[in-house]
Amino acid sequence: MGLARRIIPCLDVSAGRVVKGVHFAGLRDAGDPVEIARRYDREGADELAFLDITASIEQRDLILPIIEAVAAEVFIPLTVGGGVREVNDVRRLLNAGADKVSINTTAVTNPRIVADAAARFGSQCIVVAIDAKTNGNGSWEVFIHGGRTATGLDAIDWAVKMQALGAGEILLTSIDRDGTKSGFNIPLTSAVAEAVGIPVIASGGVGDLQHLSDGILLGGADAVLAASIFHFGEYTIHDAKAHMRRNGIEVRQ
Amino acid sequence: MNARADIAVIDYGMGNLRSVSKALEHVAPDAVVAVTADAAIIRDAARVVFPGVGAMAECMRELQQRGLVEAVRDAAARKPFLGICLGMQMLFEHSEEGDTAGLGILPGRVRRFADEAMYDNRNERLKVPHMGWNEVHQAMPHPLWHGIADEARFYFVHSYYVEASDPAMVSGYSLYPFPFTCAIAADNIFAVQFHPEKSQEAGLALLANFTIWNGKMVAPSDAIAQPGRSGLITS
Repeated sequence: MGLARRIIPCLDVSAGRVVKGVHFAGLRDAGDPVEIARRYDREGADELAFLDITASIEQRDLILPIIEAVAAEVFIPLTVGGGVREVNDVRRLLNAGADKVSINTTAVTNPRIVADAAARFGSQCIVVAIDAKTNGNGSWEVFIHGGRTATGLDAIDWAVKMQALGAGEILLTSIDRDGTKSGFNIPLTSAVAEAVGIPVIASGGVGDLQHLSDGILLGGADAVLAASIFHFGEYTIHDAKAHMRRNGIEVRQ
Repeated sequence: MNARADIAVIDYGMGNLRSVSKALEHVAPDAVVAVTADAAIIRDAARVVFPGVGAMAECMRELQQRGLVEAVRDAAARKPFLGICLGMQMLFEHSEEGDTAGLGILPGRVRRFADEAMYDNRNERLKVPHMGWNEVHQAMPHPLWHGIADEARFYFVHSYYVEASDPAMVSGYSLYPFPFTCAIAADNIFAVQFHPEKSQEAGLALLANFTIWNGKMVAPSDAIAQPGRSGLITS
């Protein structure tokens, strides 16, 4: 027995509250972030992801006291992303208690931030988040600005490039699947997981427990991320782990 | 800030020291925990934690620039000392990461997981960094393992691992896919590659053990009779 596959509940945070949208829009309130983090920790989450989707830059600092509060009582790894524009943003999030910081839009507009942040803080804490949308021609394109802006970049090439620049992990979200509860985009996930040597977190589209195990067994992901199936009480983390174990996937108790 | 500390967490500008200090405060609410770059506080503290994340060369440079090398050596020579992650790797002589000289307090070197693809026995590719929860096999009884189940899972995130010259120092190992050393015990020094501050109950139990450790390697048979520990037992 060795390394366990991880289950990562994701908390989308806007102006201090956990919210959840469909296709990157249409937000619904899901509760207090610290309380939700505490519950997931108790249920056996392997890690927590916080994505700050606050629209205004001013309100974005509201994530810092939340991370501080969570880090003071939840002793599992915390990944925080959203609105990271410069190396100093990475530092502020790490100082607040984040263990890993995910970079999305800025990785495209200024790829050097990935190299600079990895050199300064280590690859282990730099996650590059890739939001990808299916093209007509059987490939996947990277989108930024919360899924609104096409970049012309191929998602697989981009993941390989980010690894070369020093990313320690890829958080891969299928825009087509996000919020649809129809399962991960398996071809996208497996294409990226095979292309890079760093861990890949599959994200976007989880509607039931089978989707989680599919992400690992069919998609080759190292970790699976989900939000709404956990937030709204459909399943607990414990249910998810029990399902994974029944399907022969090594998980932490 | 308190000029004296029961536990000094050495701050040399690298990594997330807040979670280390929060976890220590959580398990030892009565202890004064200081995150500090003050050599005098480190010298006077009853026990010292040497954490670290990031790149080895950068860690060594910061340690030197802040004039903390001697404080680390002094603590490692004589008081209960816990190295975490890079704080474990830096104790050794040399790291392949950036071809960097370590502190050389312990004999051995730091190596990188293979660059070419590694596979487990199910032929699944193993990624680097080694990131996530892995089982820790306890290679010896030790007071810091007290109340922690053998093969309990701890959280790891690293691409390099320690290869100690003296196998008798290995106090724990994990598989990825080969056995690598993830815990070292040498007199008053205990050092771990994983992050106890991020390893939930098992990690908190190890930190709690450290806060009451007398710095001796022998696990006293009377340890089980010590009060106040029953709540730390983890599965």
